[in-house]
Amino acid sequence: MSVTIQIQADPFDTARETALLTARRADIGAVVSFVGLCRDEGGRLSALELEHYPGMAEAEIRRIAEMAGERWPLLGLTVIHRHGMIRPGEDIVLVLTASAHREAAFSAASFLMDYLKTNAPFWKREHLRDGTKGAWVEAAARDDAALERWERTQG
Amino acid sequence: MKLVYFAWVRERIGRTDETVELPEGIETVSDLVRWLKTRGEEYEYAFENEEIVRAAIDHVHAKPDRVIAGAREIAFFPPMTGG
Repeated sequence: MSVTIQIQADPFDTARETALLTARRADIGAVVSFVGLCRDEGGRLSALELEHYPGMAEAEIRRIAEMAGERWPLLGLTVIHRHGMIRPGEDIVLVLTASAHREAAFSAASFLMDYLKTNAPFWKREHLRDGTKGAWVEAAARDDAALERWERTQG
Repeated sequence: MKLVYFAWVRERIGRTDETVELPEGIETVSDLVRWLKTRGEEYEYAFENEEIVRAAIDHVHAKPDRVIAGAREIAFFPPMTGG
């Protein structure tokens, strides 16, 4: 399984990353892409600021990727997570999963996002339209609940 | 031992990192938290809800009962909100 993990301030290009993942191979039959975007929360936000733990962010995402690779027959995966100031409408995170058949790619993409949200060391802070700094985003109980279904089931 | 802090834990303590000499008897992550809370009200504020603050030892998530002997870097941070 080819694994690409990038933590970066710059935007990413989903089409380019998909082409890189599938280049020069004919065994991949399915690629699932998930893109997480910054919302303005009904016009309230001017930006989200993403803080991260350099070093651990890469290491933790790699551990999550390895778990996914043990669970599904993946042929490749890409995770790109941005940090810094991100405006509403901009991309925050990209997950690409490649497999021979679609089921593995769909399930693995969902698994990767669920674990990324609860285990990858990133923190969001709101910046408000009036120019002031808002609050740190609180972790959602639904994100912890999402993990439970993977812990209960196999595949 | 190097300690690093992130997000509101960093803001409450008022620093991004520091190097500390630990006294005798600090064996686990929760021992370390208990000791940090004696160092001033900024630490008490950061760890006022101990069970909320997460820890990592050398870039790996660590539960409160994890032994810290041999650690190079211990991080404290709030529950994660990436993705």
